[in-house]
Amino acid sequence: MRDLYMFLTGPGLIVALLVFFGGLAARALLYVQGLDWKLDRVAYIPHFKQGLKGAAQSIYRWLIPFGTHGWRKSPFFTVGFFAFHFGVIVLPLLVAGHAVIAENLLGFWLPHLPPAAADFFTLCAIGGAGLILARRIALPEVRHLSTWRDYAVLGLATLPLLSGFLAARHFPGYDYWLLLHMVSAEALLILAPFTKLSHIALFFMSRAQLGMDYSIKRGGDYRGTSFPW
Amino acid sequence: MPQGSLCNREPIKTEEALKTLLADKGGVVYYKEMEELDVDSDLLWSMLKKTCKSRTRTWLEICARCGMCAESCHFYRVNERDPEQVPAFKIQSTLGEMIRRKGRVDNAFMRRAMDYAWGRCTCCNRCGTYCPHGIDTGVMFSYLRGILFAMGFVPWELKIGSGMHRVYKAQMDVTSEDWVDTCEWMEEETCEEWPDLKIPMDVKGADVLYTLNAREPKHYPEDVAQAAILFHLAGESWTMASEGWEQTSLAMFAGDWEACRLQVQNVYDAIERLRPKLVIGTECGHAHRATVVEGPYWVGRPDGKPPAPYIHYVQWLAKMLREGRIKIDPAKKIKEPVTLQDSCNYVRNHGLARCTREIMSYIAEDFREMTPNRENNYCCGGGGGLNGIGRYRKERNKALMTKRDQIIATGAQLVIAPCHNCWDAIRDLEEEYQLGIRWSFLKPLIISMAVIPDHLKAAAEDFVNEA
Repeated sequence: MRDLYMFLTGPGLIVALLVFFGGLAARALLYVQGLDWKLDRVAYIPHFKQGLKGAAQSIYRWLIPFGTHGWRKSPFFTVGFFAFHFGVIVLPLLVAGHAVIAENLLGFWLPHLPPAAADFFTLCAIGGAGLILARRIALPEVRHLSTWRDYAVLGLATLPLLSGFLAARHFPGYDYWLLLHMVSAEALLILAPFTKLSHIALFFMSRAQLGMDYSIKRGGDYRGTSFPW
Repeated sequence: MPQGSLCNREPIKTEEALKTLLADKGGVVYYKEMEELDVDSDLLWSMLKKTCKSRTRTWLEICARCGMCAESCHFYRVNERDPEQVPAFKIQSTLGEMIRRKGRVDNAFMRRAMDYAWGRCTCCNRCGTYCPHGIDTGVMFSYLRGILFAMGFVPWELKIGSGMHRVYKAQMDVTSEDWVDTCEWMEEETCEEWPDLKIPMDVKGADVLYTLNAREPKHYPEDVAQAAILFHLAGESWTMASEGWEQTSLAMFAGDWEACRLQVQNVYDAIERLRPKLVIGTECGHAHRATVVEGPYWVGRPDGKPPAPYIHYVQWLAKMLREGRIKIDPAKKIKEPVTLQDSCNYVRNHGLARCTREIMSYIAEDFREMTPNRENNYCCGGGGGLNGIGRYRKERNKALMTKRDQIIATGAQLVIAPCHNCWDAIRDLEEEYQLGIRWSFLKPLIISMAVIPDHLKAAAEDFVNEA
């Protein structure tokens, strides 16, 4: 058990992080490499500066809860979505337990959240995942669209939250929760570049592309403001 | 059957082929042949590999299937919220599946894909603005149309339409001779009321080159005259071109990209030949999209711009009213409640919402916005070529319901629709649902409200006296 723990917090973690960051960076690079101004019909390079403005707006507006027509139209989903995504982004970076591992690997402490705050955000994120799942099952238009992959991705992303929470609160079976937490989290890191989780990077690429499309080609010259997402 | 005599992978290139296809009324034989049409999977897969690049592949891959696009789609709303009308479902089950199967799809699959690409999407691009990932399903359906066209699975009317562009350089059988004759005839007719009015043809170096929709000379020649009257009123130095005058592109609706390129090249050649300072297109949405927004890319212009500044009619009109070159008689402003249709092609997709509002501020006393409006407005229900496809008439008539309800909610009985497609859809909407509404382009309204300057009045009086 101890060896496994040492592996998962040492070399295993390093490999998972390398695959995660390397893989996602590669996906982002390949995305840009595969853009084609003629096929996409967007003159990216000649109007690059104008395009960047549109890209930034297109990303920024969608990162604000209720910041777009789309978010406002689906308030239930918006709450679940942001509760979940805030948790999965912030917690891995700011949980005290992770700071310990970071110290072992890097040799210095990172700032971290007080345990109560970490618990709060974890529960919000788990609640958010629950809302997302409930919506996926309850709404016919979403259920009909969903494939096993969509459920699997949500499950894979929620497992580290759930197991991490149980381990941090020292629930019975602590060792197993901790192990499950590390295995599921590292599986998630490793699978991210190869599954729909690639949206961690490709969300930004795709949003930026459409932002550029609207600001370079589809009316950026006339609208006066950025596209009213 | 490998390839039918009418339904096949070859685009229409000759007048003879065009007439043969037209003679098959309603495409009865054409669609019968389509049921047997071979799918060349290798060709399909090689096309997909060559043209389906990271943008589209990423869209298809990262779609979270969250269904946020559902409510944004006018088809979904009017079809009892059928889950099969959700944009993400529509594209995933057609283009997405085609790619996942590496092109190994059968005839029934292709026909279903055709029914979805033309009968369940008007390429209005509204869903793309509701997707957190920025997945523009309208763009993908347009791409899919191109793939289907190349494989021979395209609605009969659009195969004809793209053939018209290839044969006549216009969406209808209007030759350059017909076109020039129509302009001469309209000049003669209009001169009776506007003595010094000219419809100049092929004038080099004029301030303005005007391009339009072939339907105007073919079916509504008075629209050509109205454009001439307004240029005359504004004192504009303008011209038309005997070649390259047709701005529309049914080829764009068909997905016949080569015909798109040929068509828009005609217009750009006219621009290069006549060197106007400015080009103005008529009150048409898709013509603007085709020639101003997408056209530069079809002909491979790296800056994505036409060879000269090219604006929509509403941009010119807003400027004329703003600068007082056309003045509105306050007594003649529209007094009744009036609403405005935002064309997807130049409002959502080219940012011209402010121009039409500015025009409304000069001409209407009780302007009522539809809800939602501007970039967020719904398609009229007949966009993307759907108006013209007999096979999907039922779907189209249903698709009009969203616009019908939007119009009713404004309480207005007059709808201004500065777009040929929207104008048609709203006309058909009245025929189908009988709301008692009227609809109009801007040109005739402006002429009826404009102040006629003294020097033009004097010319008219002289003309009457001489006669």
